Amino acid sequence: MHRHPPVSDSAPAAVVVEDLHKRFGDLEVLKGVSLTAREGDVITLIGSSGSGKSTLLRCINMLEIPDDGRVVIGGEAIALKKTRRGATVPADTRQVERIRTSLGMVFQSFNLWTHMTILENVIEAPVHVLGVPKAEAVDRARMLLDKVGILAKADSYPVQLSGGQQQRAAIARALAMQPKVMLFDEPTSALDPELVGEVLRVIRQLADEGNTMILVTHEMGFAREVASKVVFLHQGRIEEEGSPDKVLTDPDSDRVRQFLSRHLSGAA
Amino acid sequence: MGTAMTVAVAVSAFAFGILVGSLGASAKLSHSLALNVVADIYTTVVRGIPELLVIYLLFFGGSSVATSIAAAFGYDGRVDLNAFTIGVLAVGLISGAYSTEVIRGAVQSVPFGQIEAARACGMSRWLILRRVLVPQTLRFALPGLGNVWQLTLKDTALVSVTALAELMRVTHLAAGATRQPFLFYGTAAVLYLLLTTISTALFNRAEISANRGVRRA
Repeated sequence: MHRHPPVSDSAPAAVVVEDLHKRFGDLEVLKGVSLTAREGDVITLIGSSGSGKSTLLRCINMLEIPDDGRVVIGGEAIALKKTRRGATVPADTRQVERIRTSLGMVFQSFNLWTHMTILENVIEAPVHVLGVPKAEAVDRARMLLDKVGILAKADSYPVQLSGGQQQRAAIARALAMQPKVMLFDEPTSALDPELVGEVLRVIRQLADEGNTMILVTHEMGFAREVASKVVFLHQGRIEEEGSPDKVLTDPDSDRVRQFLSRHLSGAA
Repeated sequence: MGTAMTVAVAVSAFAFGILVGSLGASAKLSHSLALNVVADIYTTVVRGIPELLVIYLLFFGGSSVATSIAAAFGYDGRVDLNAFTIGVLAVGLISGAYSTEVIRGAVQSVPFGQIEAARACGMSRWLILRRVLVPQTLRFALPGLGNVWQLTLKDTALVSVTALAELMRVTHLAAGATRQPFLFYGTAAVLYLLLTTISTALFNRAEISANRGVRRA
C-alpha cells in the first residue's frame, strides 16, 4: 500500500510552532501546542471538532493571532506585540503579508472570489502581490489549472463550477504563489461524497511531488496514506503524534483509540 | 436650461452623497465607538427630519457658519455660499445618509471567507479593498444606490426654495408668468420622468455588468 516516505530529522524546518496559546473570550482553544514541519513533511492534524486543529492551522498564517507562543516560518519568527489593552497583534503587518505569500491556504469553503473568472482568481495574487508579469502569470495559471484538471473551466465563474471543481481551482490559486508550505483546512468537508475523491487525488499528487503540507482532515484513510506524520489534538493540546502507522493503528493514547474506533468504522 | 441645472445638482449631490456614504459606512463598521455614534446620529437625524428642513438649515445657517469659520481665520467679511453649493451640500447630505445604510449593508453582504482568502495570499488592506471588497460591495449596493439616485434626483426640486434656477424653479416662474400652469408643470413632470427612466435603464445595465459571475434567479 502507498505510504509517504519518512522525512529525515535533519531536513530544514519549514514551519515551527512553539508553545502556542489561543483564547476566544473565556474559551482557551490552544493550551500550549508545539509542532515542527520539516521540508517535505506532510503533517495531518486530526481530532474531534473543537480540539483546536483548525485554529492551530490558522495561527500559522496569522489568520488568527495567537495570544502567546511563537510561529517561525522558514527560519523567520513572526514578530508579535502586545497592545495596551493586552491583545496580541503583529508587530509588522508587512512582515505578515510577506510571509503569507510563502504559505498557500486552502479553505473548507473554497472562498474563491466570485466576481472573477477561475483564471482571474489564479493570477490575481501573483500579479498584484508578487508583481509577476501578467502573460507569465497566465501561462503558469493555465499549467496549474491543467494539473488540477479544470483547464476547460478557466473562463468560467466560480458559481458555474461544482464544489470539487471549485476546490481544485482554489488549490491552483494557492499553488500559483509558489508557496513553500501548503495549508489545507478540511478541504473536503464541504463536498458531496462523490466529489471528495477528485480533490484528494490532487492533494495526494502534491504530497507525492514532495511539497511540504499541513492538512486538517477527517479522512482517516487518506491521512494514513499521505502523511509523513500524524498529530492528534485533544482539547487544545497534542495528545499523540508520530508516524501514521503508529498513531492510526497502534496509538498509545486511549483517547486516540476511541476517536479512531468512531471514525474508522464507517470509513473502512 | 432648468433641466441641465437639475441634472448638475443631482449628479454632484449623488457623488457627494456616495463619498459621505462611504465614510459613513466605514464609520458605522469601524471598531471605534465614537465613530459609530457620530455616524448613527448623522443618519438618524438626517433621515428623521423633513428634507426641506435640511435645505433651510443649510441655506440660512450655512452662510453664517461659513462666515464665523472665516472669522476664526481672521477674515471679517460676510461669506456667502452660492445657491448651487448649498443645494449640492444639502441634497448630498440627505443622499449620503441613505447611501450610508445601503453601502453598510452591501459591505456586510460580502462573504468574509473571500476577504480571508485575500489576506491568506498576502494582500495588503488597500489591495483587498480595491480588488475584492469594493467590486463585491458595488454588486450588492447597486440596486439600493439606484433607489437613492431617484430620491436624490427628486429632492433637487426642493432646492427651488433657494431660488436656484433648476427645473422646478424655472417651471414655477414660467407657469406664473404665462398663467399656463398645467402646460408647464406637465412638461416638468415629463422631463423628470424622462430623467428617472433613462437613469433606471443605466443602473440596470450597470447591475448586469457588476453581476458577472452571479447566478441570476
